[in-house]
Amino acid sequence: MANKLLSEMGLPNSIANIFAARNLITAKDVFSLTEFELMELLDVDLAVVTSAVAHISEITCPPYQTALSLLEQRGQNENMAGHLPTSLKGLDNALCGGIPFGVVTELVGPAGIGKTQFCLKLSLLASLPSSYGGLDGSVIYIDTESKFSSRRMIEIGFNSFPEVFQTEGMAQEMAGRILVLRPTSLSEFTDSLQKIKVSLFQHGVKLLIIDSMAALLSGEGVQGPQRQHSLGWHISFIKSVAEFSRIPVVVTNQVRSQSRDGTSHYSFQEQSRGESPEAATKHDSHLVAALGIHWAHAVSIRLIFESRSGQRFIKLAKSPVSPPLAFPFNITSSGISLLNDDGVEMPGPEIHSISCQGMI
Amino acid sequence: MEVSSLPISASLRAKLISGGYTSISSLFSVSHSDIARDLKISENEALEILRVASQRRGSERSNGTSSIVNGAQSAWEMLNEEKSLGHITTSCSELDDILGGGISCKEVTEIGGVPGIGKTQLGIQLAVNVQIPMDYGGLQGKAVYIDTEGSFMVERALQIAEACLEDMREYHGFLKRDLQACQVNMQPKDFLENIFYFRVCSYTEQIAVVNYLEKFISEHKDVKVVIIDSITFHFRQDFDDMALRTRLLGGMALKLMKLAKKYTLAVILLNQVTTKYTEGQYQLTLALGDSWSHACTNRVILYWNGNERYAYIDKSPSVRSAAAAYSVTGRGIRSSVSNYKRVKML
Repeated sequence: MANKLLSEMGLPNSIANIFAARNLITAKDVFSLTEFELMELLDVDLAVVTSAVAHISEITCPPYQTALSLLEQRGQNENMAGHLPTSLKGLDNALCGGIPFGVVTELVGPAGIGKTQFCLKLSLLASLPSSYGGLDGSVIYIDTESKFSSRRMIEIGFNSFPEVFQTEGMAQEMAGRILVLRPTSLSEFTDSLQKIKVSLFQHGVKLLIIDSMAALLSGEGVQGPQRQHSLGWHISFIKSVAEFSRIPVVVTNQVRSQSRDGTSHYSFQEQSRGESPEAATKHDSHLVAALGIHWAHAVSIRLIFESRSGQRFIKLAKSPVSPPLAFPFNITSSGISLLNDDGVEMPGPEIHSISCQGMI
Repeated sequence: MEVSSLPISASLRAKLISGGYTSISSLFSVSHSDIARDLKISENEALEILRVASQRRGSERSNGTSSIVNGAQSAWEMLNEEKSLGHITTSCSELDDILGGGISCKEVTEIGGVPGIGKTQLGIQLAVNVQIPMDYGGLQGKAVYIDTEGSFMVERALQIAEACLEDMREYHGFLKRDLQACQVNMQPKDFLENIFYFRVCSYTEQIAVVNYLEKFISEHKDVKVVIIDSITFHFRQDFDDMALRTRLLGGMALKLMKLAKKYTLAVILLNQVTTKYTEGQYQLTLALGDSWSHACTNRVILYWNGNERYAYIDKSPSVRSAAAAYSVTGRGIRSSVSNYKRVKML
């Protein structure tokens, strides 16, 4: 509604004409000026400006709902499916049914830990017929690192859902629903995102995967404010795609190493800064997500993939519904499988650390 | 008083000044038809000028009569008023203690912290807690929740509302007070019905909502808390002109502060964090820059300390800086688990 034209807002004609004459076309133009600037620019008195701004605000303001009506509305849509089950029982339980629709879910972890394996499995699950617990829809897979392996995907399919994939022609149909895009530059990536927005609705796409977000944004060598700016655009675009098309969006993120732990403290936390050098050495091999804190605010669910003393774990580092849990897993011919479904609760910031020790 | 301070259009003002009417008092000895003839403007315009001028003069006069400065309140009056003001509990007694009883009405409180620390959880908790009936020491108000990030989870709000009701029932059973008078006859759904939810998708809409709130709240006077989750999101993207951003944010903060004062409600702004380079190293700090940090009355930072979540009062005119542990449980924000254990052991 922010793009609605002023001329469509039902302002009194005389006022609407003055706005148009001064080239104030949308609410955005009006709100960028103070009331006194408007008075000067439009050559009218304060009362007229105040009432016009109040009127424009009221029209531009999105309609409100009570939380109750929101709940009822959700209830109706959820019948179709509000979550994409991951087929990992423990994780599904913790997430109230799987990867939720309408929000961004992030997978973070070191290279080779199994993020792409997880994405391949999710793509299959979204394309499976609903009689097998799938979403029966298309998948758009944006592969920026050229890691998508169709052979591996079919292999996972055969081992996880033999009854589907052994049916004549099903493997072809399943794989045919997964559309892979391979942008090689940031601008190409941006372009394909914009195109997707339209086709999401037209082709019944039920899952969007971006593997990975970090590769292009950190690879192009853009630094400083410009990078922040382009990241900002991508954040708000991806979030809005997820919300308006009500599909799950899964994004992977790389890790980078950070020598010191200084960035996780505020200035008032004096004692932690003064810690002995042992603390610094302890964090020597400390890994952090490649896209920083600005990005981390944008995702609703963050799953960290890590390995500690040779054992791989999936950790639910950020989730509005689940306590912080860690699940040990390994990678088999049918993809990722959890070693137990209960998980270990991990209070404290440990849940956010990413370690990479003794990975085979 | 000068004519140039009258809130009239620039061209009329210029005509007045060039016609020799430089002070407001010079307007009172003439009739509107004189002005219209002198300045070659329509009689309606002249009437309007006189109306505005007399309003201005009226407000000036009343200054002298009532007190020394019109609109001022003595500190003693304010103290009495503050005593009667309610607080919204956070459901964590330690946090309430350091806040001086909870989130104060009539003030703008900013709450920031790293992703996953529980900002949205606290926001939802406050939207529920503001509705606790008067009999239970609550405000019995309603909540406006402005969601800029799409992170409001209605299922979670339901869980928190259910837990809040259970606590109220328990409290009721504990006191065994007059059964008829204060039976808990609320349902979790009633809580949800009293949360007005706005989903905002751009900063233009965000400004529009804040402008519109004045009207909305004058129609819904029982709104006692306005929560913006988060104030930051749209202002962190799509801005090339940082000066414009600072000005828009400042304007919004002023409007919210006015709203808080006028309708005696609490305004909660959730903020994200960013890194800042000071004294040779990077540190975490709340986003939106230094000039924004002046905009709010209170500032609370949520952070990890060891294995516990802490809230730290970074800025407040009335209570001292302090930190308190809290935890996020399935039932919402509660006292820290370790504190609870300690109490049990004693």
